Amino acid sequence: MWGIMKHKLGARGLSTPVFGDYMQRLRPIASAIRFRPYSSATKQMTVRDALNSALDEEMAADSDVFIMGEEVGEYQGAYKISKGLLDKYGPDRVVDTPITEAGFTGIGVGAAYHGLKPVIEFMTFNFAMQAIDHIINSAAKTNYMSAGKINVPIVFRGPNGPAAGVGAQHSQCYGAWYGSVPGLKVLVPYSSEDARGLLKAAIRDPDPVVFLENELLYGESFPVSAEALDSSFSLPIGKAKIEREGKDVTITAFSKMVGYALKAAEILEKDGINAEVINLRSIRPLDRATINASVRKTNRLVTVEEGFSQHGVGAEVCATVVEDSFGYLDAPVERIAGADVPTPYAANLERLAFPQIEDVVRAAKRACFRSVPMAANA
Amino acid sequence: MAIWLAGRRGASYCVKALISTTFRSSRSYTTAFASNGNSDSLFFCGNSSSAAVFGSQRFESTKARQQLDLLSSDDDEEQNQGVDFPGGRVAFTSEMSFLPESSEKRVQCYRVLDDNGYPLSSTQFKHVSKELAVKMYRGMVTLQTMDTTLYEAQRQGRLSFYVTSYGEEAINLASAAALGFDDLILPQYREAGVLLWRGFTLQEFVNQCLGNKNDYGKGRQMPIHYGSNKHNYFTVSSPIATQLPQAVGVAYSLKMDKKDACVVTYFGDGSTSEGDFHASLNFAAVMEVPVVFICRNNGWAISTPITEQFRSDGIVVKGQAYGIRSIRVDGNDALAIYNAVGVAREMAIKEQRPILIEALTYRVGHHSTSDDSTKYRPVDEIEHWKTARNPVSIFRKWVQRKGWWSDEEESEFRANVRKQVMDAIQVGEKIEKPPLADMFSDVYEEVPSNLMEQERLVRDTVKRHPQDYPTNIPL
Repeated sequence: MWGIMKHKLGARGLSTPVFGDYMQRLRPIASAIRFRPYSSATKQMTVRDALNSALDEEMAADSDVFIMGEEVGEYQGAYKISKGLLDKYGPDRVVDTPITEAGFTGIGVGAAYHGLKPVIEFMTFNFAMQAIDHIINSAAKTNYMSAGKINVPIVFRGPNGPAAGVGAQHSQCYGAWYGSVPGLKVLVPYSSEDARGLLKAAIRDPDPVVFLENELLYGESFPVSAEALDSSFSLPIGKAKIEREGKDVTITAFSKMVGYALKAAEILEKDGINAEVINLRSIRPLDRATINASVRKTNRLVTVEEGFSQHGVGAEVCATVVEDSFGYLDAPVERIAGADVPTPYAANLERLAFPQIEDVVRAAKRACFRSVPMAANA
Repeated sequence: MAIWLAGRRGASYCVKALISTTFRSSRSYTTAFASNGNSDSLFFCGNSSSAAVFGSQRFESTKARQQLDLLSSDDDEEQNQGVDFPGGRVAFTSEMSFLPESSEKRVQCYRVLDDNGYPLSSTQFKHVSKELAVKMYRGMVTLQTMDTTLYEAQRQGRLSFYVTSYGEEAINLASAAALGFDDLILPQYREAGVLLWRGFTLQEFVNQCLGNKNDYGKGRQMPIHYGSNKHNYFTVSSPIATQLPQAVGVAYSLKMDKKDACVVTYFGDGSTSEGDFHASLNFAAVMEVPVVFICRNNGWAISTPITEQFRSDGIVVKGQAYGIRSIRVDGNDALAIYNAVGVAREMAIKEQRPILIEALTYRVGHHSTSDDSTKYRPVDEIEHWKTARNPVSIFRKWVQRKGWWSDEEESEFRANVRKQVMDAIQVGEKIEKPPLADMFSDVYEEVPSNLMEQERLVRDTVKRHPQDYPTNIPL
């Protein structure tokens, strides 16, 4: 395995740093094969356990990493993401805070200024608005404004977007808000492997990272590879993943909508439309290369998100494709997003306010010029 | 007769008076009335209403006596076992009394020197050496002179913006003198003197204000937004009070490292209205971190006087409200500041706890060069604080009386510093601005591809239209 890789790389004459990168990514696989005899069945892991294990491993590896937030300690985490960590690492590294997002976010940023690596948990990103000044003005801009003297290796994480029946102040998606700020990195995991790899990458990253999870995904199980279970595993920030290859239409999505897009793709397959589903994984930086390469192949684009359409993530994806691959588009870009209303509580209204699988299917068909009505209930 | 007294005495006195008058004599309300002396806002309820309120007890003499006894001996052991609640045991009382919104006496202010620079007879303070005193005094004069010169430079259009620290020279220099170089400073923006004490040169100050190539901030910030890693002085950030929770975070980091140093953070009276102030004081007390909060209560937040900023007795009582040891100090008295900050620092480090210092002072200058304070406050008020209560003059008197300074040294030193600042401006203006590449670096730790792309686009544009590109910015 090693011999083949070296030969291939040597033949292409790649410079050492790239080789080093390759080696780093190969190492976990190599170590797995050499030291751990895995059964052929892949392990199933919930997103919750994926996040918990990632936090655990990063805290074990680096004593500067600590968790701070409401209910993260004694309560084991509002969504049990930090379960068991207080017992294992003690109250100095798992800090329960008074109710003040502005307070503990500012404190976390201050700790990061002085070299600690805080992981700040917001009960939901809706509450993070009470701290958004510190996220933007104190964290995102500081490396630049201090001319590189003060870097802020902080992670802000928590559930983002709608859950189920929690109303307007618990349901907003902040991907577009944070995605527009230079100085931040914004990650949006979908599967357990995403959750593990991206959270580890976020904690190790020297820049401030906003890590947008999804409450309804916490309990969902995904298969994880042996490589992903290794404690040195991490995913690169800024790379999207092609979850399903296809040739007729590109569907971009992130977080929970990736699941919807995949289901929509199965339905479309029966109608002879072969959809390619891209899991963005990273809103900032946006993987323009992967998105554009895909659209150049399929010539059609559907963007899916739960957030509001105006100034949304889909708008940015559409703009990048228009800028880079306009000539390749065979149809107008279809944008599927949440309704332009504060999220209603009533279950029937809530269902209408957010994209459903049928909406994605219809959008893909429209992009393929199959005549389909626009309205959801037509 | 129920008497509702509005005003200084407050409600607790009112209720006490009410009960005592009801039970003792129907006419003793006049006694209560007279003793208060504040007759501005008195409302008399109907004759019989008080009887109605306490009527049920009025005719039960045994009960009344018990009530009276309770009044006079609040801490009677048998009556007052206390009661348990989350947070601990608390003694109960059958007297309903509200804490007054303000106490009769304001918290006292610690000072060492009077307005003429004479040490007050009974004050406890640590003596300072000649060397330290002269260094402090020189620092105060340097700060004042630098401020004057750079303010004028702004007026001449050579700087875009400037903020002076007139009236707060003692707070700046004396607090800095009491700290160690390892103590981390998180300033607001009126603490340039602290950085000056630590060794930031006049040229370095001017470079930042001019935003030239030698500015440590690479020209990215407005003037006076100084920052210096090697001086342990965090970069100034414009939003108000955001440095307070950050300071607590830094102090938490110090606590984890178990360092023999503390964090010192400065802020003004206006900052105490921000949510961040409350969160950080509360948190600092709960987390038990070594941070010294120094509030420069200078009476004004741009045009908002403190009477419109808060209704508490200044900021010192707020510290106590959050469970923080606090002191009020005369901010115009260099020796008082020096002593208080020194002791506060020791307590913060040894006991790993936050301390709050409220330094009372006056903002003699305008808020900034964008402000004209004569528009909202009387000129003679400004003049009074500039002359009779000037911290630099007060300290000068003390230092000169000790024989450590003279009038000749004064004029020579002032002229010297002014020349140095003006030279620094001339030198600074000739230095190039930061290069174009500095515009795109440091957004992230590593420059991402989209920014490299943008820089490439800018350079292409400059190549195609060189006449539109400014000549003093290197590529």
